[in-house]
Amino acid sequence: MSTRDLAWVLVSLVVGGCAGTTTVETPNLGQPVTAAQIAGWDISVPPDGVGLPPGRGTAAQGAPVYEAKCQACHGTKGAGQPNDRLVGGHGTLASQAPVRTVGSYWPYATTVFDYVRRAMPYQQPQSLTDNEVYAVVAYLLQLNGIIGETDEMNAQTLPKVKMPNRDNFILAYPTKPPAR
Amino acid sequence: MARWKRSSDGLPRRAFLKQGVALLGAGGLGAASVAGAEAAGPPDSPPWMKSPGAGMSEYGSPAKHEAHVKRTAIASRPGTTGSGASRTPLEALDGMITPSGLHFERHHSGVPDIDPSQHCLLIHGMVRRPLLFTVEALMRYPRVSRIHFLECAGNSGVMYNPSPPNLTAGQTHGLVSCSEWTGVPLRLLLEEADADPNAPWILAEGADAAAMSRSVPMAKAMDDALLALFQNGERLRPENGYPVRLFLPGYEGNMNVKWLRRIKVSSTPTMTKDETSRYTDLQGDGKALMFTYPMEVKSLITRPSPGIGLSGPGLYEISGIAWSGNGSIARVEVSTDGGKTWGAAARATPVLPRAITLFRMPWKWDGRPTVLKSRATDDTGAVQQERDRFIAEHGANAIFHYNAIHAWAVQANGEVKHVYA
Repeated sequence: MSTRDLAWVLVSLVVGGCAGTTTVETPNLGQPVTAAQIAGWDISVPPDGVGLPPGRGTAAQGAPVYEAKCQACHGTKGAGQPNDRLVGGHGTLASQAPVRTVGSYWPYATTVFDYVRRAMPYQQPQSLTDNEVYAVVAYLLQLNGIIGETDEMNAQTLPKVKMPNRDNFILAYPTKPPAR
Repeated sequence: MARWKRSSDGLPRRAFLKQGVALLGAGGLGAASVAGAEAAGPPDSPPWMKSPGAGMSEYGSPAKHEAHVKRTAIASRPGTTGSGASRTPLEALDGMITPSGLHFERHHSGVPDIDPSQHCLLIHGMVRRPLLFTVEALMRYPRVSRIHFLECAGNSGVMYNPSPPNLTAGQTHGLVSCSEWTGVPLRLLLEEADADPNAPWILAEGADAAAMSRSVPMAKAMDDALLALFQNGERLRPENGYPVRLFLPGYEGNMNVKWLRRIKVSSTPTMTKDETSRYTDLQGDGKALMFTYPMEVKSLITRPSPGIGLSGPGLYEISGIAWSGNGSIARVEVSTDGGKTWGAAARATPVLPRAITLFRMPWKWDGRPTVLKSRATDDTGAVQQERDRFIAEHGANAIFHYNAIHAWAVQANGEVKHVYA
């Protein structure tokens, strides 16, 4: 049994009301919360796609959403300016001037959905419908040559998209990072 | 000791010159009649002794003559006001604690205006009891206090540039600050929610307009993670996460999620935008390091530095700051000959793990141009390397986690410039 496992045994003993542990006593003021309450706040989407909402969208549907809501900051067809470029840059990462975009750098398509839904457009975050988010994500993936114009993105298809740079990340945790 | 010469704004230098002339006058060395009246030196008393001073105030401010000491290099993304950073003016400070109002800022969608009575923290996911905590409830939990630095992963990122940026110490390295943080160990709340002991990750999310979120190893959450409520004795400043932020000693700033509203216990990292497209360190070969959490050992001479030059040969004190996200500062060495020879600087006490440690070393300047460097070693044995070696190892496009040796050139006129040497 590891030290951490042991620590958890101690924790469960405390929860079970046993005396004689060194764990700090707390006032236990956490309030129970319902599944519906949690659902309203739980907007994160990991790579396995668990938590993706119902809905769907294609690149063709996403183009007008992008033009209306995203283009002013990210340029025509994701070309960038005044803010981040979202399209292109493939094959530049090992060069002197790497171009990091959704297509060239981002390792997971689910991250694009998660981020657009929670934080974009900058002036009105969380204002897009889930269908609009799926469609804009599809548009960005299509502009980057990752999916086709009529490919539908939804809770099943999005996690299956393999991003081009997926395998070029080296985990420094839990392994020790290179000496600096 | 010779006089420091501050050239950035002229004000402190004038003050120094006045004081110097006044001292000369006191020594009976002529010109006293002109300078004495202006400087209110002896035998005369200064005007502020001839009438009562100002009254009390409800919340104090720095002296008006220090009004130039401000956060610096404030820059935001195009079309935004609140997505960007401001930096601590390191060269103007001397102490291990950064005044709260000068703590660096890095926001991803501005500073939310949070009513603490309307804010709560949700803990859910792989827990037996999902729970909601009001701020009022959090304030009743047992607290601990710790002194730790906080450093943005992008601090000193400009040092990856091919030529020296020639900025002040704060403008290049001011995304590090150090405070006393007081709050509730996160472990207590995870235990109360009966989090799955086999869950290796949590997701932390803020209540800002970006809902900024990061995955954090459960091991860190159960070790020394803090739900910080107080900074330097007072409630958190809004720009530092009021009413509650996550604090992860030694870990890159971005993970210390401000305005914390949600913790989800999970089996995998969520792979949020800020742990994939940002805060990953692109190496020269096109691969990127991911989850580079602790900020590596680093040091910086803050005096002398650009804007705080030397006013002629003589004895000076070289001083600066050192820190490591992996432990305590074991040693700081200073070179006054561009790295040919090194001498041990004195570390000011207390020397605390994952906190700024001050170092000082007396130095007699002979008036000739030279290069000053500092090199810190932490108690894991990690030591800063020279910039050229660091760049050779990591490439020039990593943006984050720069921690090489910093060099200041002292010129014959006493001015200090940044150099790659």
